[in-house]
Amino acid sequence: MSGGLYSMQAKDFDKTLDLTKVKPYGDTMNDGKVQLSFTLPVPMGDEAIEAAKQLIRKMGLENPQVVFYRELTPGFTFFNCYGSATQTVDYASIYVPKVESSVMDMHETDEYIREHIGRKLVVVGASTGTDAHTVGIDAIMNMKGYAGHYGLERYDMIEAYNLGSQVPNEEFLAKAVELKADALLVSQTVTQKDVHIQNLTELVELMDAEGLRDKMILVCGGPRITHELAKELGYDAGFGMNTYADDVASFVAQEIVKRNEQ
Amino acid sequence: MQSKLGLDFKKVAHARELAGNIAQDVQSFVERYTTVAVERTLCRLMGIDGVDENGVPLPNVVVEHLKERGALKEGVLYFLACAMIQTGKNPQEIAEQVAAGQLDLTQVQACDRATIDQILQPVIDGSLDRIRTRRARRENYLETIGEGNKPYLYVIVATGNIYEDVIQAQAAARQGADIIAVIRTTGQSLLDYVPYGATTEGFGGTFATQENFRIMRAALDEVGEEVGRYIRLCNYCSGLCMPEIAIMGAFEGLDVMLNDALYGILFRDINMQRTLVDQFFSRVINGYAGVIINTGEDNYLTTADAYEQAHTVLASDIINEQLALLAGLPEEQMGLGHAFEMDPELENGFLFELAQAQMAREIFPNAPLKYMPPTKFMTGNIFRGHIQDALFNMIGIWTNQGLQLLGMPTEAIHTPFMSDRFLSIENAKYIFNNMKSIGDEMEFKEGGIIRNRAKEVLDNAIALLEKLNEEGLFTALEKGIFGDVKRPKNGGKGLEGVCEKGANYLNPFVKLMLERK
Repeated sequence: MSGGLYSMQAKDFDKTLDLTKVKPYGDTMNDGKVQLSFTLPVPMGDEAIEAAKQLIRKMGLENPQVVFYRELTPGFTFFNCYGSATQTVDYASIYVPKVESSVMDMHETDEYIREHIGRKLVVVGASTGTDAHTVGIDAIMNMKGYAGHYGLERYDMIEAYNLGSQVPNEEFLAKAVELKADALLVSQTVTQKDVHIQNLTELVELMDAEGLRDKMILVCGGPRITHELAKELGYDAGFGMNTYADDVASFVAQEIVKRNEQ
Repeated sequence: MQSKLGLDFKKVAHARELAGNIAQDVQSFVERYTTVAVERTLCRLMGIDGVDENGVPLPNVVVEHLKERGALKEGVLYFLACAMIQTGKNPQEIAEQVAAGQLDLTQVQACDRATIDQILQPVIDGSLDRIRTRRARRENYLETIGEGNKPYLYVIVATGNIYEDVIQAQAAARQGADIIAVIRTTGQSLLDYVPYGATTEGFGGTFATQENFRIMRAALDEVGEEVGRYIRLCNYCSGLCMPEIAIMGAFEGLDVMLNDALYGILFRDINMQRTLVDQFFSRVINGYAGVIINTGEDNYLTTADAYEQAHTVLASDIINEQLALLAGLPEEQMGLGHAFEMDPELENGFLFELAQAQMAREIFPNAPLKYMPPTKFMTGNIFRGHIQDALFNMIGIWTNQGLQLLGMPTEAIHTPFMSDRFLSIENAKYIFNNMKSIGDEMEFKEGGIIRNRAKEVLDNAIALLEKLNEEGLFTALEKGIFGDVKRPKNGGKGLEGVCEKGANYLNPFVKLMLERK
């Protein structure tokens, strides 16, 4: 532990923020500091540390520092490391597709539906396919909601049906037709080996085949879902981390009004 | 034991009495029925194993064969015994003949009970002996190489590939884990059969198969001898194959099994009649095999609010205890579940969690309580998550929990990396060592937050048990008492596999196992 430990690099770089050339920020503009941890399938030793440093350089990080390492089991070494990014991104030119609706709270949404649609919306949700997790769909639909955001069951102007988990796509669709759903919510939590992509795609294909796709609003959600991915798969919207019933209900209500106007 | 919480044990006794009535009511239902899963388990106890040319397990072939012929109510043992008498063949050969369409079990000659008992006896003895030998093997390990201190460090592996799981499991054991749970692949709980052989493909987990059990048991024995500590193996005796998984575990030396009908009813929408019948036989087997069962009350708090619904966990634990006693499970094998799941933003949340964990400890002094880590409020902020897990670990050592299911900083992101497990085990070992005797040193202030919280939860649990005692468990489940989830008595998956027992029905294993023969 020499005194030099705290001075991790020279500071002779341009410290002005340029949004066309953004770098990570540690404690100084453009220092590029990145924190990493990973495991290499090699035994602990000087060669392992060197391997980690080389890997970090190949990731585009300079001045690699291995600050902690430990052999987890013979032949596997874990590292905590730092490095400085050499690459930059042009933040100014980034375009990300987003759900284009303004988020309203429960009362505003109820009022909006009353005023613009004049009847209750039927929303059917489920965690479909083999996914056994109800946490996502429950967070959106259950009366109590999640993190202070009431679920759809509590909305006066939404008739919410939560079909639970492991609902096959065929069954989900049959139920949606039976209930005359205005919107379908599909929750996907398990994403190992992209099982969610297959399952989400299958539902769209089924709806296409039955001529139902343009008759209902189709929305998916889950911790690994983005709006961009959802659009790519043929959904009307996707809701990821840190979105709640408010976001979903606002979108569904506004989208229906938009479609009615067309 | 002096209660640190000033608990009124007269109230606790009253709660147990109510739960005993509720359990007895369920039991009188259970005893009149069998299920396809129970009958498949009996096939396996008769030595029937393997698959037919289409990959269908032979126990399924035999049971379906009887079901199609409307003969399931008499049970497989009756028909197998009559076929053994008539053909002179063993149960495996008979099953193969059934699979080949060469034998119709319902066409074999009827025979009397004495002859049946006589022909079954050696097969029954052989199976029971096989289970006892496995149990003795564990006990021998515990006496010779020993085990880790409680709370046992319990971690999961979930790669989908049993051979990769072995690498992860052995690494975890070397880092200090005492129990390895092999998470099952998504959806296995709803399969009405147990897949066969070693498997390398699964989503979010690995298929529970008898061969996979064998592979992992051998790997844990190997690493256990290396580290000088017996490593327990845990799997999931839940879903539509409860008793079948139990018997496979009993044959292959599993040590811990998730085993809770209420969990299946509420969270997998399994029919309540089906799974309560299945649960009884699976618990009889687990009791006999010396397996610690884990119950799933912690899950109520993933859908219902952990602060408001704490009493449902306690009420369910007391009912589960009474149901387990009826199935011959000693308290030392009851890993009753509870969890650290309150919103981290809640003021004094740690105190409430501490009160509840201490309360569970005092109400079930001999049970190796299964304490579950935070999951619902794990956000992807791995750094805060690691601290949430640290608070959970403090309560684990403070209140002397039995099985500490270690939280992972990456909960809600992915199934654990090898390094996640390392960080979690390091976290627990640090805290368990650093705070080892805190429970002996600390008392709780009279009239303080902690004592009041324990009293409140117990009182609410009793009020709930009184209501359940009036309505019965089936009706209560229909009304959505637990986890805010409602389930109809005739709804859910697996009801078609339930069947009232007929005049010739026999299952001598229940009595023999309960009497520890």
